[in-house]
Amino acid sequence: MERFMAHMQVVILSVLLLAIAGSGHAAGPKVHIEDVAFSFEGPFGKFDEKQLQRGLVVYQEVCAACHGLKFVPFRTLGDEGGVGLSENAVKAFASGFEIYDSELDDFRPATPSDHFPANDTVDAPDLSLMTKARAGFHGPGGTGLTQFFRGAGGPEYLVSLLDGYTGEEREEAGTLLYANTAFSGGWLSMAPPLSDGLVEYADGSPNTTHDMAMDVTAFLAWAAEPKMMARKRTGFTSVALLLLLSVLLYLSNKRLWAPIKNRENS
Amino acid sequence: MSGIPHDHYEPGTGFERWLHRRLPIGGLIYDTLMIPTPRNLNWMWIWGVVLTFCLLHQIITGIVLAMHYTPHADLAFASVEHIMRNVNAGWAMRYLHTNGASLFFLAAYCHLFRGIYYGSYKEPREITWIIGMLIYVLMMATAFMGYVLPWGQMSFWAATVITGLFGAIPGVGESLQTWLLGGPAVDNATLNRFFSLHYLLPFVIAGLVVVHIWAFHTTGNSNPAGVEVRRTSRDEADRDTVPFWPYFVIKDLFALAVILAVFFAIVGFMPNYFGHPDNYIEANALATPEHIVPEWYFLPFYAILRAFTADVWIVQLAGFVTGGIIDAKFFGVMAMFGSIFVLILLPWLDTSYVRSGRYRPMFKWWFALLVLDFVVLMWAGSRPAEGIYAIISLIGASYWFMFFLVVMPLLGVLEKPLKQPKTIEEDFRAHYPAAKDSASVSE
Repeated sequence: MERFMAHMQVVILSVLLLAIAGSGHAAGPKVHIEDVAFSFEGPFGKFDEKQLQRGLVVYQEVCAACHGLKFVPFRTLGDEGGVGLSENAVKAFASGFEIYDSELDDFRPATPSDHFPANDTVDAPDLSLMTKARAGFHGPGGTGLTQFFRGAGGPEYLVSLLDGYTGEEREEAGTLLYANTAFSGGWLSMAPPLSDGLVEYADGSPNTTHDMAMDVTAFLAWAAEPKMMARKRTGFTSVALLLLLSVLLYLSNKRLWAPIKNRENS
Repeated sequence: MSGIPHDHYEPGTGFERWLHRRLPIGGLIYDTLMIPTPRNLNWMWIWGVVLTFCLLHQIITGIVLAMHYTPHADLAFASVEHIMRNVNAGWAMRYLHTNGASLFFLAAYCHLFRGIYYGSYKEPREITWIIGMLIYVLMMATAFMGYVLPWGQMSFWAATVITGLFGAIPGVGESLQTWLLGGPAVDNATLNRFFSLHYLLPFVIAGLVVVHIWAFHTTGNSNPAGVEVRRTSRDEADRDTVPFWPYFVIKDLFALAVILAVFFAIVGFMPNYFGHPDNYIEANALATPEHIVPEWYFLPFYAILRAFTADVWIVQLAGFVTGGIIDAKFFGVMAMFGSIFVLILLPWLDTSYVRSGRYRPMFKWWFALLVLDFVVLMWAGSRPAEGIYAIISLIGASYWFMFFLVVMPLLGVLEKPLKQPKTIEEDFRAHYPAAKDSASVSE
């Protein structure tokens, strides 16, 4: 009887967890998402400072033309565990952007306390949270448990999208659409933004389309979750302390109950 | 309090005597903590303490979040990002609070199904059960309104869909929906009142939790054997129980620590696991997401809501009998609320005189099927309402009602229960024989 209940508990809990996990998504149209590896995946994953800095350049020179980054303050570019620019570099970088100041009723160069400007010139989505607003895969078996090691696939989706242009084009209602293997529906109004060698990196790092896609995606992953490093550190500390506490409580409990469980009479 | 003979509070020091004459709070705390508790409680009796922790945790993190959050349709989404980026440990508060809701519901479901399996709702604990169900309904309302506050796409569209349920009520529906929303559609007025209520309801829940605890401290805890503590003499009561402090406090804290280790691993390493990517897109009344999916803990009831479509015979019958007043949409809404209502009625639907499912050979399997049904409904609720999923939802919803309205009343008559232990002591000794050589027996 007890064993039945014990088994039931295990079955219930595991099935419940699987169901919870599998519930997050619904089947969509077939798209191809390449599972590329990023340095920041998994509990031990870290942002690669140099890669984020390269990605920042790609964002500034390419994406910023149409896409805003309105939730990201320039000053956070200097944060540790992120892009890690020096104070002066942040100042210099910010001043390269023009922002609207309501007090002046005019545009002025941005300072570190400003946010990246929003950009709605062509109605392109803001990229501040893009890597968290997309999901690439949900495996295994729809449970999404691989998230623990590889993330939910938002960054993979972005890389696959930037890499996924087939070169085909078609015109629809006056708009040029581009075939893309990662985009649901297959046709996308964004022209291929990257091409081999488009951005020259100061340190001479490789700059194929794929390299640039990886770099800018890593940067956007930081932009969406700038506190990731602190979060994982906290995760390790708290889990370690709780496991220690569990062991102590387990031993206390065992000792506390021993006389009750083994007593001759009552 | 429980009518079980036990030690009572004796004010020791001069100050304690002084206070006790004026306000017997020491006695209240002592009697609450030292309540004689059946010594045979198993690991499924830890969830009450976990749930109490969850409520406190949600209130504390929630109060901090409210200090930095702005309940305005134009500012809410940005203020959440402000919390995530600029507030010291704001990201931790937010991830703890959102994932805390999932832990809260996971614990509530374990607690609830434990209650069903061991017949914890049966005489004389009906009030405890009903208060518990009221807490559960308030939890659902609170969680739903909390999910709207970040003002992402899922927040907005979930609010639209769920308040739309009230619009399905014949006659008054539309006016009721407008009244709830504070306007013709989900907008700033909706966000404001949801924030206000999301802050209020947890304190109502806390009040009901006190009543819930008061009620079962009056009757005494239920236990896996389903027999009552002997109250005829102090000696017998002592052999059936141990005081809550320290025996169950330490046991429950151990369980809580293990559960929190898993919880913090999720918060630290996959904090968006239970969330939906669409909620990182700001609410937009002009763009409907491809699939609107509620949070996982609502899915079984969401599946029941969608299960009764216009082509189901019982829906057609209801429509015919009422002259079309009850359409498929309203039927679905009634089914969803009904699926919770049958739970509230459970103490009177169950006709068996045996409390614990352990001694009910047939009930055991129907119960296992109910748990499976709950999980299947949860899964079906996450899928688009079409094809095979619609059929599975309908079968699942039908079993849910069948279990409560047919199986539970009939089993009491049809089933031949197994022999129950006479006392809690006997049950406890069956697991932990008094001999010294039983050291290897573990729980």
